[in-house]
Amino acid sequence: MMAEQPAALVSSAAGTNTGRSPSDGTPAIELFGVTKNFEHDGKIVKALGPIDLAIENGSFVSVVGPSGCGKSTLLRLVAGLDEPTEGRLRRYGSELDGPSREVGIVFQDHVLFPWASVLENVMLPADVLSLPKAAALKRARWLLELTGLKDFAGHKPHMLSGGMKQRAAFCRAVLADPQLLLLDEPFGALDALTREELSLELSRLWQDLGRTALLITHDIAEAILLGDRIIIMSDRPGRIRLDMKVDLPRPRDVSTVKNPRFIEIHQIARELLFARERN
Amino acid sequence: MGTFPWKAVSTRATTPVIYFVLTILWEAGVRLFHVPGWILPAPTAIVAMAKEWAPELLYNTYITVRETIIGFVLALVLSLPLAVIIAFTSTARRLLYPILLGLQSVPKVALAPLVILWLGIGNWPKIIIVILVCFFPILVNVVAGFEAVPKPMLDLMYSLRASKLAIFRRLRAPIAMPHLFTGCKVAITFAVIGAVIGEFVAAQEGLGYMILMSTAQSQTPLAFAAILLLTLISIALYYAIEFLERRFVTWHP
Repeated sequence: MMAEQPAALVSSAAGTNTGRSPSDGTPAIELFGVTKNFEHDGKIVKALGPIDLAIENGSFVSVVGPSGCGKSTLLRLVAGLDEPTEGRLRRYGSELDGPSREVGIVFQDHVLFPWASVLENVMLPADVLSLPKAAALKRARWLLELTGLKDFAGHKPHMLSGGMKQRAAFCRAVLADPQLLLLDEPFGALDALTREELSLELSRLWQDLGRTALLITHDIAEAILLGDRIIIMSDRPGRIRLDMKVDLPRPRDVSTVKNPRFIEIHQIARELLFARERN
Repeated sequence: MGTFPWKAVSTRATTPVIYFVLTILWEAGVRLFHVPGWILPAPTAIVAMAKEWAPELLYNTYITVRETIIGFVLALVLSLPLAVIIAFTSTARRLLYPILLGLQSVPKVALAPLVILWLGIGNWPKIIIVILVCFFPILVNVVAGFEAVPKPMLDLMYSLRASKLAIFRRLRAPIAMPHLFTGCKVAITFAVIGAVIGEFVAAQEGLGYMILMSTAQSQTPLAFAAILLLTLISIALYYAIEFLERRFVTWHP
């Protein structure tokens, strides 16, 4: 049996969750006419938008798109790591002002520090945000147990498999109990089998933690399997082509992919993604 | 047969065997062709001379090692804060870095006579020369190390709203560690050369001074013994730093 979640210890003590009730209807993320241009060799390249989007609190939204469609740019904008060229972003109703401790990010490539142990890596947010050490350590150990990394806490990242590294990166992202979890192709560097296993595990974890999540991926099946909603993006400059509810029951597992509704949604998404090439 | 690990033994033994064979050839060549001892002494002659002069050789080794280590440590103490300042203040970077890179191109050993001219013939001029030759490799490598941070790692720190200090402590400093040791390994080899050059220009002690004196008096075997000791010092100091590196940098990039 899993130990009981000691999440509240960290968040209440550190004041990371400022008691915003999830039920007041304010979307976690809102985008209004957001665009992003890059300058490349003196020429302006339109990477994204315009995009209007609202992500309701507590939901899991998957964004699928062809490579180079600006979906990672979208995530960076929501994370506050980049500023939009035009338009406005709001996070929990307030104008976005750079990165926030209420946002946890799982990057495409685990980005674990090679000189630090798994536990030290997971504890990084606690160190940087000066969270109470004992409570953070308790939560870190609980997360490591939850993701099957308990026995690897003292190991250096290079001794871990790809899937284990990404699990550790996930633990780090949720250590400070962020309201919003951003996942930038978190399984992109993994083999197909590990991918599927890990995405189902993530789905379960996300349900346990009950936070808002935004997943960026190029894998349609993964997007449907995890999402309450899937958003399909067009080629560069990326815009929303389809925004669709995934009305599949939870918890989802390996059998979900055989559900007729799953197959139907998968088909719609596929056709839309392939159609772009003929246009 | 069969079970004896011939391959492992031969791999490990290759280098010592080569050295041994070369020494034998040297000895044999000198004896065979009657090479005068003041031009090229035989290994046995060098060993005999080294035994005779052991106290002097040891004392002068101590002098040269002391200059080398003090100079190296001072160069480290001076270059590290400067590297931090250059990496973190854009003004210092704009002003200082081009000057330092320019100075790096000056052949430091060419400055040795000037340093002696300004500071006399004590120990300090030699230490200053050692500092000069050690300073730049350490500085340049550490500055490069502070900047060798992968962008995703920086993004991770930015996403946590980490302060510049936190980014330095948690990210830049650990990333720069292998670069620091690379710089130190280059510097320590230069340091020995710097000390000897200083002693060549003007000195009354040290292995460099001994080489100068013994060649002037045609005591070539003694010069060879001093050169051999300098080589050993260089190797020992290099491996000492590598030992520290293996203790402090336990991670794989």
